[in-house]
Amino acid sequence: MSSLRVLVGCKRVIDYAVKIRVNAAQTAVETAGVKHSMNPFDEIAVEEAVRLRERATKDSKLPKVDEIIAVSCGPTKAQETLRTALAMGADRAIHVEVDDKVALQPLAVAKLFQAVVQKENPNLVILGKQAIDDDAGQTGQMLAGLLNWPQTTFASEVGVAQDGAMQVSREIDGGLETLSTKVPAVVTTDLRLNEPRYASLPNIMKAKKKPLAKMTPEQLGVDITPRLETLKVIDPPKRQGGKKVESVDELIDKLKNEAGVL
Amino acid sequence: MVHSALVASASRRATAAVRSSAWLRTSSAVSGLAPQARALHASTLCNQEVETPQPTSLSNFTDEELMLKEAVANFSNSVVKPKVTEMDEAEQVDPAVLQGLFDQGLMGVETPVEFEGAGASFTSAILVIEELSKVDPSVSVICDVQNTLVGTLVRKYATKELKAKYLPQLATSKVGCFGLSEAGSGSDAFALKTRAEKRGDSYILNGSKMWITNSKESDIFLIFANVDPSKGYKGITCFVVEKSMGVEIAKKETKLGIRASSTCALNFDGVEVPASNVLGEVGQGYKYAIEILNEGRVGIAAQMIGLAQGAFDYTLPYLFQRRQFGRDIGTFQGMQFQYAQIATELEAARLMTYNAARLKEEGRPFIKEAAMAKLYASQVAERASSRCIEWLGGVGFTREVPVEKFYRDCKIGAIYEGTSNIQLQTIAKILANQYKP
Repeated sequence: MSSLRVLVGCKRVIDYAVKIRVNAAQTAVETAGVKHSMNPFDEIAVEEAVRLRERATKDSKLPKVDEIIAVSCGPTKAQETLRTALAMGADRAIHVEVDDKVALQPLAVAKLFQAVVQKENPNLVILGKQAIDDDAGQTGQMLAGLLNWPQTTFASEVGVAQDGAMQVSREIDGGLETLSTKVPAVVTTDLRLNEPRYASLPNIMKAKKKPLAKMTPEQLGVDITPRLETLKVIDPPKRQGGKKVESVDELIDKLKNEAGVL
Repeated sequence: MVHSALVASASRRATAAVRSSAWLRTSSAVSGLAPQARALHASTLCNQEVETPQPTSLSNFTDEELMLKEAVANFSNSVVKPKVTEMDEAEQVDPAVLQGLFDQGLMGVETPVEFEGAGASFTSAILVIEELSKVDPSVSVICDVQNTLVGTLVRKYATKELKAKYLPQLATSKVGCFGLSEAGSGSDAFALKTRAEKRGDSYILNGSKMWITNSKESDIFLIFANVDPSKGYKGITCFVVEKSMGVEIAKKETKLGIRASSTCALNFDGVEVPASNVLGEVGQGYKYAIEILNEGRVGIAAQMIGLAQGAFDYTLPYLFQRRQFGRDIGTFQGMQFQYAQIATELEAARLMTYNAARLKEEGRPFIKEAAMAKLYASQVAERASSRCIEWLGGVGFTREVPVEKFYRDCKIGAIYEGTSNIQLQTIAKILANQYKP
């Protein structure tokens, strides 16, 4: 191995700053008229790919990054997310168009990515560790399984050497754990891997000239029929205000009989 | 389940903290969801038939404009916002903020790509100014002057050589300023006294300028001087002067508002400027100044609507937290009618500003509309920020919250780049020409 071809995942999700509301039918959260943006962990994935490239331009001992391909599965609007990835530094984008009404589940996404990987031949796939909408945190692991590639999840530091040997650190309870593996591999990003850049205006302008290809699950030969059924979506219970108690006895009584903690 | 939910909410919060320290949520973030490209071409010939573009609302932006708006909002919230109070009190822009403006490509919005700019539209520049102003009108004006006055003057009128030399510097590293006003010439700009005398291949500049925005940080000065006072205003010429040529930056004003943006007096004592640094043609400076200020006004209007929105977005959530007489103060009709009124005026000012920007982009007459937008936006900014302080009550009057700063910052909108009276005069002149028999 002398160079890297990096594929990054970019999911369009409800913006992290938006207050989430359950829809009236209690089937999902309200998405109409709500601000969406790129999943923050995917931004970290794009940033890491761009940094791998930048590090290699400064250090000839590191493998060059030939191409960064951003991939998003979702409705037409996912193209806006891909444009953001292109403005951050990805070279081209692939949009796997899936109707808004279809619930796209992690296994389906992993299979779509598997098909794209087989078409595009990247040797490194970087995905967010989870998307902040459904918080499933499964796609990266499933993709690695389907491809039979090694996986390094929740990465807080990623290093790739000229021969394709990888060192990936991950934050664990006791400190840092460092894994070594070899490309091709799947990496999922944790929060402290990097701080994503803001797309600069000149790069936003350049992004519109970068190629964005469209595909469908049918073209990729992937069945995306959901395997899980959502029965109901409800708000978490409202927090109750605190109460004042008159005496210690009353307190103990409430802890015993109301809170059930004693 | 519980664990993953906790991790997710923690990382979401942490991510939020990384990207912004949320004190201000722009309402515009949710709007503009229809990113259909606005048809900008007046007509397109197709099969010998003229295709008329479908008219669209003023809330329509191109994909690039929307991305830019969001990128600037992120930048303002994460880089500028933490420094706002500090910069206001130090009366100085933070070098990291200034560098950030260059790094984000916000100092050469319309500068062509070949000169290291972004090659974006005029409306893009307007959106940048508006977004920055929601957080700090001082930083906004630094960017406004660089783009709509200095950059545009060089782009429109300079020779190829001057463009090649100065546009990349202005887009990537050096601040520029626009030197027209003098002690004795404000609204009466053409009464300026700074002299430029030809000597060989150079001009010798003598005189002084006043109230020059950005001048303390500037390396490049666009200076208006008269080469032949006997010709009156037809002697006024614009020069590109470098600081190293001997510009003396004199007194820095202490101001009511936009205090992080520098405003200084400049002295020119026998400053020698090569004749090749005349911007455009000798004796045409007055024309350039008028034209550039016509465009610049749209920028100030954008600064004012951003300011008003910033104050409004900060204040409104408080109206639904603060309880008096047992209810949220925002539910009293007396309050409801006030904020509904301000929101309406702000909407009107915004549409006027965007319309003036699009008219300019389409190459149609926009002078009256630009003057109206600037006049009205500055009035709305004053009313909005003043009301916001009242709605916040005692706390609004303190420096604990940033609204009193918006109120101080708004006042300049009625003064620079043509006072409100000058705007009214401009509008009246155009109307008179239209109606007079």
